[in-house]
Amino acid sequence: MTALLEVENLRVSYGKIEAVKGISFSVEAGQVVTLIGTNGAGKTTTLRTLSGLLKPTGGKIVFNGKPLTRVPPHKVVALGLAHSPEGRHIFPRLTIEQNLQLGAYLRKDSGGIGKDIDRAYELFPILGERRKQAAGTLSGGEQQMLAMGRALMCQPKLLMLDEPSMGLSPIMMQKIMATIVELKAQGTTILLVEQNAQAALSLADQAHVMEVGAIKLSGTGQDLLHDEGVRKTYLGED
Amino acid sequence: MHTLPQQLANGLFIGSMYGLIAIGYTMVYGIVQLINFAHGEIYMTGAFGALAVYTNLPDSMSIWAALPLMLAGGAIVSVLIAVGAERLAYRPLRGAPRLAPLITAIGLSLALQQVVFLWYPNATAGKHFPQLPGGPYHVGDVDIQSGDIFLVVAAVVCMAALAAFVRTSRTGRAMQATAQDPDTAQLMGIDTNRIIVIAFAIGGFFAAVAGLASGLKYGQIKYDMGFQAGLKAFTAAVLGGIGNIYGAMLGGLVLGVAESCASAYISNIPGMEQLGGEGWKNVWAFVLLILVLLARPQGLLGERVADRA
Ligand SMILES: Nc1ncnc2c1ncn2[C@@H]1O[C@H](COP(=O)(O)OP(=O)(O)OP(=O)(O)O)[C@@H](O)[C@H]1O
Ligand SMILES: [Mg+2]
Repeated sequence: MTALLEVENLRVSYGKIEAVKGISFSVEAGQVVTLIGTNGAGKTTTLRTLSGLLKPTGGKIVFNGKPLTRVPPHKVVALGLAHSPEGRHIFPRLTIEQNLQLGAYLRKDSGGIGKDIDRAYELFPILGERRKQAAGTLSGGEQQMLAMGRALMCQPKLLMLDEPSMGLSPIMMQKIMATIVELKAQGTTILLVEQNAQAALSLADQAHVMEVGAIKLSGTGQDLLHDEGVRKTYLGED
Repeated sequence: MHTLPQQLANGLFIGSMYGLIAIGYTMVYGIVQLINFAHGEIYMTGAFGALAVYTNLPDSMSIWAALPLMLAGGAIVSVLIAVGAERLAYRPLRGAPRLAPLITAIGLSLALQQVVFLWYPNATAGKHFPQLPGGPYHVGDVDIQSGDIFLVVAAVVCMAALAAFVRTSRTGRAMQATAQDPDTAQLMGIDTNRIIVIAFAIGGFFAAVAGLASGLKYGQIKYDMGFQAGLKAFTAAVLGGIGNIYGAMLGGLVLGVAESCASAYISNIPGMEQLGGEGWKNVWAFVLLILVLLARPQGLLGERVADRA
């Protein structure tokens, strides 16, 4: 069986600086796969390249049987790859509801869109209560919920989340992680980038540790959770 | 000596024209952060496009029947030039240092002037432009020309249509998203290149309307008419808050009224007898701009494009 997403020997550079130096991994339908690693490891660069926002200098990306390396971002979404970017990037001066509607920009089924907006409000009730409010007035955690809800609005085959727990309080972080578990239980395929390695590894089927542009270690979430090197470097144990 | 109501009315008329042109500066800036300095020439070519159509219509045709055709002609010319400039000159420079597209815009502006100067028949001097019959109409103390009525009606209709488009259409929403966060807009599936083309096209259309209205108002157009009008409209866009479409119109009106009143009344102030009149009105326009920007650096309604929906 071929995977939903296949990344092979992917290379990405900013000018002369190579940020991603030939990485390979895959995501099977229904899996949660996580990329962990320290600051500047190249995780965000990898996701932005998958989305088409950056052009790779080498390697292959195959999504759902189609090559992605030369596809512009708006067409990548159309193929079913959603991206909730690092730093949330909600549209601050549009309302929460308008943000969610933009997530469904390419869909034509207004009935289905309405149902999915209701589903997002079920998943995150606070968003429903504030639906007419400018998104920029939400707290960081609420903005993260909105960014995730918005990414789900295109009914993606694969949902990419870039540091959904960044800058959140422990309680908010738990809430976000619980939502990811819930999405996983519903069968959503997720590629999760996280600095919170403990949380990411405990819910991941597959995990990859990135360091300075390369994948240093791969295994199941549980394997890496119990790996001594990972525990030392990423889980703060000594 | 005109009365105060007359000065205010004159200011609103010329201000409507500044506002129509300013829309093009502000929409483009709001979405790609580019100051399209060739926009004044897009306005000028719109006027010449309208005149070219008029010249080729049968003499028997009434000006009212000719008007929609002239508008169509001017709009086609302006929109094609605006969109062509985006595709051929600005898009290849996206991501280049800011100065590169700016210099390109200035070059394009000079090139367009020269093209009209050299190739439009007998365009080296002013060209006579047809006028609307009727008028002047007297409303109280105020005299209003037919051309002024056309100008104000056109500005109101265009502005209302644009506001409705931005607020309610799917493309308008995509435009707001692109102005706020272009990368993320792409992640929603928005083809931002298409949105940019639409912004240039709308700006071009508004400039063509202004070009036609200007011809009708003054009865004459000239190859270099875009320079001053463009500068004023750019000032209006900054005054209103560049990136904001309502700001562009408001900035135009405020600038027009200020200019008109300054040229009429400043010279009445003892000691400033020499500082009024036509010659000084541009100076006062910029004084106003500077004063407003000192108090509100982001302009009167300073936000980004189409954000007040
Ligand atoms: N726009 C850019 N221009 C130049 N270099 C960049 C740019 N963006 C990222 N880099 C560099 O590329 C490398 C990888 O950055 P990236 O953002 O992908 O890391 P990351 O793993 O997501 O880090 P973090 O955990 O801090 O988000 C870093 O060295 C970074 O400095
Ligand atoms: Mg990152």
